[in-house]
Amino acid sequence: MTVADLHTLTGAYATHSLSEQERQDFERHLAACPACTLEVQEFSAALARLGSAEALVVPAELKSRVMAGISSVRQLAPGVAEEATTTAPGRGRLRRYLPRLALAASVAVAALLGGVAVQQHGQADRARATASRLASQQAAFSSLLTAPDARTTTGSAGSGVGTVVYSQSRGEAGFLASNLPTLPSDRTYQLWYNDHGTMRPAGLLPASNGSLLLTGRIDGAAGIGVTVEPAGGSRTPSAAPMMLLSFA
Amino acid sequence: MSAVVHLATPGRRGPDLEELVAKVAFGDQDAFGHLYDVVAGPVLGLIRRVLRDPAQSEEVAQEVMLEVWRTAARYRPERGAVMAWVMTLAHRRAVDRVRSAQAASDREQRAAAESHLPAYDEVAEQVENRLEREQVRRCLSGLTEIQRESVTLAYYRGYSYREVAELLGVPLGTIKTRMRDGLIRLRDCLGVGT
Repeated sequence: MTVADLHTLTGAYATHSLSEQERQDFERHLAACPACTLEVQEFSAALARLGSAEALVVPAELKSRVMAGISSVRQLAPGVAEEATTTAPGRGRLRRYLPRLALAASVAVAALLGGVAVQQHGQADRARATASRLASQQAAFSSLLTAPDARTTTGSAGSGVGTVVYSQSRGEAGFLASNLPTLPSDRTYQLWYNDHGTMRPAGLLPASNGSLLLTGRIDGAAGIGVTVEPAGGSRTPSAAPMMLLSFA
Repeated sequence: MSAVVHLATPGRRGPDLEELVAKVAFGDQDAFGHLYDVVAGPVLGLIRRVLRDPAQSEEVAQEVMLEVWRTAARYRPERGAVMAWVMTLAHRRAVDRVRSAQAASDREQRAAAESHLPAYDEVAEQVENRLEREQVRRCLSGLTEIQRESVTLAYYRGYSYREVAELLGVPLGTIKTRMRDGLIRLRDCLGVGT
């Protein structure tokens, strides 16, 4: 795409109507084009007026929920903003910016589960309650939860609940376990990416409660599976998965 | 396209929003409560316009407000007004939701819900808001049809510009420039240029 072509994308960019690839290309261009930056700002201001003209009366419960929510959402520290927005995306960046992005995961989980697991109310409620106790264990996990396209799928095994949180844009997935059956000390839960029938090792969870960021990338996997394996894990599943969760 | 109508004089909206965001960045929950009161109506209204579904819209509005709280320190006044920042976050989230695989399967439901626009009494009826809507409508009517359709299909409905091009039967390149031309006219008509 030529520079002139890119410049005409200011409108499509401001209306969020570019594809992901085009958006990234345009943002690179934007960084070196003050005129485009100004134009995008002005368009965003104009569009904000279009949006504001649609204002509705907000139900009072929404404010109560939001105000209750903020007490457990950790804020970005003042002064770190630039790196977070301008560094190129990728795993390296994720790691570097983790310590600052320690969002207390409970509310994010609650918001996410509230958002997508509508058809699984009971399970989601349980997972949410447990997740709020567990999820602060892993900053990496928390970061995944803040991905704009983070989604969840929840399933159950006996009295336990497992939730996979995944972001296709980051290619990453995490798993939250709550009250899975307790295992003897020589056994562990093992996570697998489900490559359409072929299981790819994705990490060990040696406890019935906990969260972990799966190792490896989603790479087109259809979902994840959970099996019980000897401590230390296996190369291939030794039995059928006790839980299979698919990416929507 | 010359008549610029200035509505609410800046500052008339009660507390200064930039000041509030600066306080919110340092964890001031009262300031956040005031900020919420000013922006929540527009945020929910925009999301509802894009998503149509009332329950989903409230969920996304809640996510947006938590995002505002979390990232208040990221806000930079020199990059635009608070309202534009918040509404950009809201639009981005609404569009993400529309485009997610989940929502894709709801497209038909969405189309079916088209007829269920917010009931009249749900629309904020403060005088200021009514004036705002009239001005936006007037400025939109000053656009050519393709300009107007391309801006509103993308912004109010969350369509990608490729989808907009297909819907309008117009080449991609044309849509890009029409969208931009339309926004230039809107910017000038609404008086938001610098």
